[in-house]
Amino acid sequence: MSNLTENQKPMRNELQAGRVRSAWIFLSPMIVVLLIVAAWPLSRSVWFSLTDASLLHLYDAKFIGFKNYFKVLHTDSGETLYFGVLMDKAWWNAVWNTLRFGVVSVVLETCLGMAVALVLNANFKGRGFVRAAILIPWAIPTVVSAKMWGWMLNDQLGIVNDMLIKLGIIHEKIAWVADANYSMIAVVGVDTWKTVPFMALLILAGLQMVPGDVYEAAEIDGVHPVKVFFKVTLPLVLPALMVAVIFRMMDALRIFDLVYILTPNSSQTKTMSVIARENLFDFDKFAYGSAESTLLFLFLLVVVTLYIKIGRVNLDGGVQ
Amino acid sequence: MIPAWIKNTAFYAFVVIIVLQAVFPFYYAIVTSFKTGAEIFEISYYPRTFHLDNYYNVLFSGNGSFLRNIWNSVWVSSITVIVALFIAVTASYALSRVRFRGRSLMLMTILCVSMFPQVAVLAGLFEVVRALGLYNTDWSLIFSYTIFTLPFTVWVLTTFMRDLPIELEEAAIVDGATPWVIVSKIFMPLMWPALVTTGLLAFIAAWNEYLYALTFTASNDAARTVPVGIALLSGNSEHEIPWGPIMAASVIVTVPLIALVLIFQRKIIAGLTAGGVKG
Repeated sequence: MSNLTENQKPMRNELQAGRVRSAWIFLSPMIVVLLIVAAWPLSRSVWFSLTDASLLHLYDAKFIGFKNYFKVLHTDSGETLYFGVLMDKAWWNAVWNTLRFGVVSVVLETCLGMAVALVLNANFKGRGFVRAAILIPWAIPTVVSAKMWGWMLNDQLGIVNDMLIKLGIIHEKIAWVADANYSMIAVVGVDTWKTVPFMALLILAGLQMVPGDVYEAAEIDGVHPVKVFFKVTLPLVLPALMVAVIFRMMDALRIFDLVYILTPNSSQTKTMSVIARENLFDFDKFAYGSAESTLLFLFLLVVVTLYIKIGRVNLDGGVQ
Repeated sequence: MIPAWIKNTAFYAFVVIIVLQAVFPFYYAIVTSFKTGAEIFEISYYPRTFHLDNYYNVLFSGNGSFLRNIWNSVWVSSITVIVALFIAVTASYALSRVRFRGRSLMLMTILCVSMFPQVAVLAGLFEVVRALGLYNTDWSLIFSYTIFTLPFTVWVLTTFMRDLPIELEEAAIVDGATPWVIVSKIFMPLMWPALVTTGLLAFIAAWNEYLYALTFTASNDAARTVPVGIALLSGNSEHEIPWGPIMAASVIVTVPLIALVLIFQRKIIAGLTAGGVKG
């Protein structure tokens, strides 16, 4: 017996070594491509942020250190002036916009997604139809939904104002998109409309893994449904929920297209991605825009790391 | 206690609201797209007239540039997906089936790349695209879209492959099959449903992409994709927004997507929940 296992061992190791070798061969195309399309451009973006590059002078850009981020200038008249992204009011406004958009929309989407998921998890006639219907907002391209809602939210011709006036909720037509007081509400609303289906389906998948007899037992014991939700359902779907929330959060904090098309040039909604792209290509402040995009990257990195550490999220979904 | 009939009515009322809010905006886009001339200034909740002028305008005026945009979108999205799937199949086999050092690190890296803010690589990508002479061509998009389609497809295919029974592979290993034979002869035939799902989701993501398309192709009419085409649709004067044609264009590019999504509903939901990534 012992002889046999001794013979098997080296063979096994050899087999395993061969498999590992071919695994790396199998992985190499992906690694090479990701190095070219992700790692290299990212490092170049960071590099540009440390130079005085402009659209026409990409290659003869000079290293200027952190001056795009922070620069102090003493004028002849004895004044001290501060420049750079970190001293830029427009940038901090964009940070604030991104944060409030991200937090409000993700909270809304999670709550509404949970509500829709609970409905879809119940047994009722036409459930398949409802599930199909809620996929429609998800399937519509963001640019199209921005245009569609831009039309519906139009102040004079929009159907949303017409409905709200007919229902007696508002008395005067509101310029949802153009009015600085409402534009952020419009952006959050459209994003929520588009993303609740995604959240609902992710949460639903978690809900369906809760065994039915848990509910039966709770019903027999006469536990109130609300209590069942908070004591049984929520803890069981929490891991799935945590993963869904982080994906959504990352998506919300880098939002570009919806804001850019629905509310162009509104300082009330301009996010970090929008302002970075504007500086990169519209205002010909390539290096400055690179600094902003680098800061956005670092910011998201911090958010995701904190979230995973604090929430103890198991992102790899149980890969052995 | 609340009577059962009230509970039921409230429940179904909620269901009706869910369906209405999901469907209404697109329905209203269709209603608008059939209007012509001054009709657009009257708000109507159901179609009263049925004109195809807007569709005709979008498709055939302006030298058919919108048709060209549609073709660009189909071409760019298809090639991107095919390239991504091709690279992802072998990579996800290695990630799901072979134990090796650095595997979880690799998986985490892939996940991080898929959550990347796209604007963070924009400056660097712009340089690469220009250096390769791809600026204002469709290849600039095929190249740059790989940054989100590849991590996504690898991630979803890895979760799919993980669930295939180990016995399949063991039998093949005993018979002396090489890893390449295992992937191509044993896993590929079983992977078709997963490949279709993943491909579809990646296709939708590429079809909808706006930031790179705007940056790399906006100044060339012939290379634009649909999202840029719609965003740049303009009227006769600067202040007049051509809502009719915009809605017609929106309907044209959305109907095929909705059809695909409804046909592959179950697969798409499975793929979404496996990947956890928004398409």
